[in-house]
Amino acid sequence: MPWLESVAFAMLLPAGVRYDPDNRAGLANMTCEMVQRGCGDRNSRQFVEDLENLGVDRSASVSNAHTSFGGAMPAEKLGMALQIYADLVQRPLLPTEQIEDSRQVCLHEIRAVDDDPAQKAMQELRNRHYGEPYGKATQGTFAAVENISISDVQSHVDATYQPGGAILSVAGKFDWDELRKQVEELFGDWQVRPTSSITKKSGAGGYIHLEHDSSQTHIAIAYPSVPYSDPQYYQARGAVGVLSDGMSSRLFDEVREKRGLCYTVHAHCHSFRDRGSVICYSGTTTERAQETLDVLLGELTRLSEGIRQEELNRLKARIKSALIMQQESSAARSGSIAADWYYLERIQTLEEIGGIIDDLSCDSINAYLAEHPPADFTIVTLGEKQLEIPLGIPSANAR
Amino acid sequence: MEFRQQTLDNGLEVVAECNPQAYSTAIAFFVKTGARDETPEIAGVSHFLEHMVFKGTATRTAEDVNRTLDEIGSHSNAFTSEEQTVFFATVLPEYQDAAVELLGDIMRPALREHDFDTEKQVILEEIAKYDDQPPFGANEKCMAAHFPQHPLGQSVLGTCDSVTALSADQMRSYFEERYSPQNMALVAAGNVNFDRLVEQASQSCGQWKPFPTQRATPRAQAHSGLEIVQNNAAHQEYVVQIANGPAAEDSNRYAGRLLATILGDDSGSRLFWELVDTGLAEYASVAAYEFQGTGIFMTFLCCAPGDTSRNLERVREIESELESGGVRLEELQQAQNKISAHLILQSERSTNRMFSVGNHWIQRHEYRTVRDIINAYQEVNCDQLAKLIQQYPLSASTTIVVGPHAELAPSRLAIAKNN
Repeated sequence: MPWLESVAFAMLLPAGVRYDPDNRAGLANMTCEMVQRGCGDRNSRQFVEDLENLGVDRSASVSNAHTSFGGAMPAEKLGMALQIYADLVQRPLLPTEQIEDSRQVCLHEIRAVDDDPAQKAMQELRNRHYGEPYGKATQGTFAAVENISISDVQSHVDATYQPGGAILSVAGKFDWDELRKQVEELFGDWQVRPTSSITKKSGAGGYIHLEHDSSQTHIAIAYPSVPYSDPQYYQARGAVGVLSDGMSSRLFDEVREKRGLCYTVHAHCHSFRDRGSVICYSGTTTERAQETLDVLLGELTRLSEGIRQEELNRLKARIKSALIMQQESSAARSGSIAADWYYLERIQTLEEIGGIIDDLSCDSINAYLAEHPPADFTIVTLGEKQLEIPLGIPSANAR
Repeated sequence: MEFRQQTLDNGLEVVAECNPQAYSTAIAFFVKTGARDETPEIAGVSHFLEHMVFKGTATRTAEDVNRTLDEIGSHSNAFTSEEQTVFFATVLPEYQDAAVELLGDIMRPALREHDFDTEKQVILEEIAKYDDQPPFGANEKCMAAHFPQHPLGQSVLGTCDSVTALSADQMRSYFEERYSPQNMALVAAGNVNFDRLVEQASQSCGQWKPFPTQRATPRAQAHSGLEIVQNNAAHQEYVVQIANGPAAEDSNRYAGRLLATILGDDSGSRLFWELVDTGLAEYASVAAYEFQGTGIFMTFLCCAPGDTSRNLERVREIESELESGGVRLEELQQAQNKISAHLILQSERSTNRMFSVGNHWIQRHEYRTVRDIINAYQEVNCDQLAKLIQQYPLSASTTIVVGPHAELAPSRLAIAKNN
C-alpha cells in the first residue's frame, strides 16, 4: 500500500483462551498482561516509552484461538517496533514482583463485565451456544485468576508463545525483501513446540433468563451457520447483510424504525475454523422486551423465505465501498490478511472478494437459505423479567 | 492537497480539503447547535432532532432516506454534542453528487407527528441503554454539577421526563431558530470535486432562508465539590472529575491536550503508571475538551468500591506534584511523539480529515493542515505547560462518584499496601 505513510502489523499467537485449564480460566489473559511488562533488555517502563516514542499505536487482545499483538505506526518505524515485539514473544521478562499488579488488572476486567449487562448476556450466549472451549470467556473467573502463579504464566508462555501456528501479517508502506530478511533474523531461531490440546463439551443451548437489576432487557440470540472457510460463507454473509447491514436492513427497519422498540439491534456472522454462527443482539426496556424478541425471531424465521433483488443490490454497494475504503487503513488491512491466513491459509485480494460479491445472486443466497434456514436458536435474556419463548425451544428456567 | 472555500448567497459556507489521491469522499453538514443552546424545558431536543433529520423530507419518507444512503454504499451517521450536531456520509467519489443531494435534502426535515412519536420511543430506549452501562451517567452528572446555571451543564440526551414531555411543535420552533444556513457549514474531505460540490450545494441548499442565530457563552465559574450518587446496579465505583481548562479559541489548547496526555493518557502517563499498571484502578485517565468560551479537563477513574478514597488521594498527590514540579522534557517529547504519530495515522482516512477540517472551521473559522497541527504540538515547551498548570489548577475540581454505596469507604487495600 505505497500510497500510505503508515504501516501496521498483526501478530497472532496460538495462545487463546481455549487452552486455559479449567482451574486457571483467565490464564491467557493474565499472561498477555504479564508479557507486556518488559522484554529483552527493556523493563516495563522502557517497553512502553520506546513504543510511544516510535509512535506505535499498539493493541493486545486475547480471543478464543489467539493472543494477538498489533501496532500501526509511521512507515519508517516498522523495523524498530518489530525488534521490540520479537523480544516480547520470545524473551518476556515476566517480572515476579509484578504478578500481583497484573492479577489486579485482570480482576478489574472481570468486575467490568459484571457492570456491563449487554456484554454479560453475550458471554452467557456464547457459552451456552458453543460450549467448551469455544464459548469460554476471555477474562476467566475470579476464583481461577486468584490462583494463577508466576510459574503458570511461565508455562503458558513456554507452551503457547511459539511459531507453530503463529501468524505475522504486515500491511502498508514497506519493502518486502527488507521485511523478510528482518523477520528471518528476528524470529528465525524461535523453537517450535507441540500444539496444546483442548477438551470439547457441547453447549446447553435453549433459553435461559438471567435476573438483573437494569433499565433494559438485553436479548442475545445465536443460531448455527457456516464458517468463514466454507465455500458457501458469502451466501450466509449475504443473508445476514440483508438482515443487519445498513439503515435499510430488515432488523433496523422492523425493530427500530417502524416500531421504535430499541436503540441497538444487530446481527453478524461469527466464525471459528470449523464452525460458524449468526449472533444477534438487542437491548430494550422491560415492558417492550417481549415484543422485541417476537419481532426479532419473526425476522430471523422470515429470512428463510428468501431475500429480494433490491436488498441484495444495496448490500453489494455497501460491501464494495467498505472493501475500497479498507485501502485507507493499514491497520484494517493487516488485521484482515492475518484472519484470512488463519481461516483459509491464503490471502484473498480485495479484487477477489469484489468478484465473489459481484457473483452473489438472489438465487444463490435463497438456495442457501432454503437449505440452511435459521433454526436451533440459543437465547439469553438478562433483565428484570423472563420472556415467553416459542414452542420447541427448551427453557432452563423453572416457571 | 488543496483547501477550498466558498460561501453561498444565503450564508452557507462550503469548505473542503481536496485530495485527488484519496479512495473516498467524506461529506458532512456541521450545525452549530447542541445541548448548550437548549432551555431546560426542551432538554434533549438537539439530539432528538438529529434523529428526526433521518425521518424524511417533503419529498422523501424515512425509508427513502435510509434506502438511498445504503444504495450509494455510504457509511453514514450523525452525532450531537454540547455545541454541534453533525450529519455525515462517506462514499466512493462517484457518489459525491448523490450524497450531497441527500444530505442537503434531509437538512430540511418534514418533522412529521407520526415519525416524531415513534422516534421518541427510540430516544427513550437510548436513555435507558446509557442508564444501564458504566459510568451510569457520571459524566453528565459531573457536567451538571460543574456548570450550574451555565448552558454547558445541560445533558445532551435530556431526561426521560424532558423527552417524554417534548412536543413536535417545540422541536419545529427549535429547528427554525437554529438551522439557519448562516449557522451551518457543508464540509468535505478526501477525493472531492469542489466545483461540483458548490454547484450541488447551490441547487440543494441555495433556497434556504437565512436568519440570525445567537448563542450565550457566559464564562464558567470555578467550582469545587464532591457528590456521591448511589446506584445499586453498579459493582464498581465510577468517578468523574472536572476542572477548568483552555477554551476552543485559546491557543493554549495544544498545551492543554499535551498536559492531559502526560498526566492521564491510557498508557504511559503518570496516572497510568501509578494507578492502572499497579492494578489499583481499572482505568484512570484524563482528557481535555474545548468549548466556546471555556474548556475542561475531565478525569475518569474506575475501581473497586473501597479503593476510591485512596485512589482519589493518589490522583490529588500526582496533580500536586505537577503543580509544584511541572513536567519533564522527556515526558513532553513522548507525548508529542505519540500525538503526532496518531495524527498521521488518523489522517489517512478521509472521514477523519473531514471531522478535523469541520471542527476547526466551526469552532474557529480556520483551516489547518495535519502538518500545521503537528507543528503546533511540537512548538509547546515545558515553560508553557508549567504556566498552564498554574493558570488552570486541576485541584479546583468538581467530583462525582457513582457506585453501590452512599458513602466512600476507607480503603482496605491501602492499609494492606502500607503494611
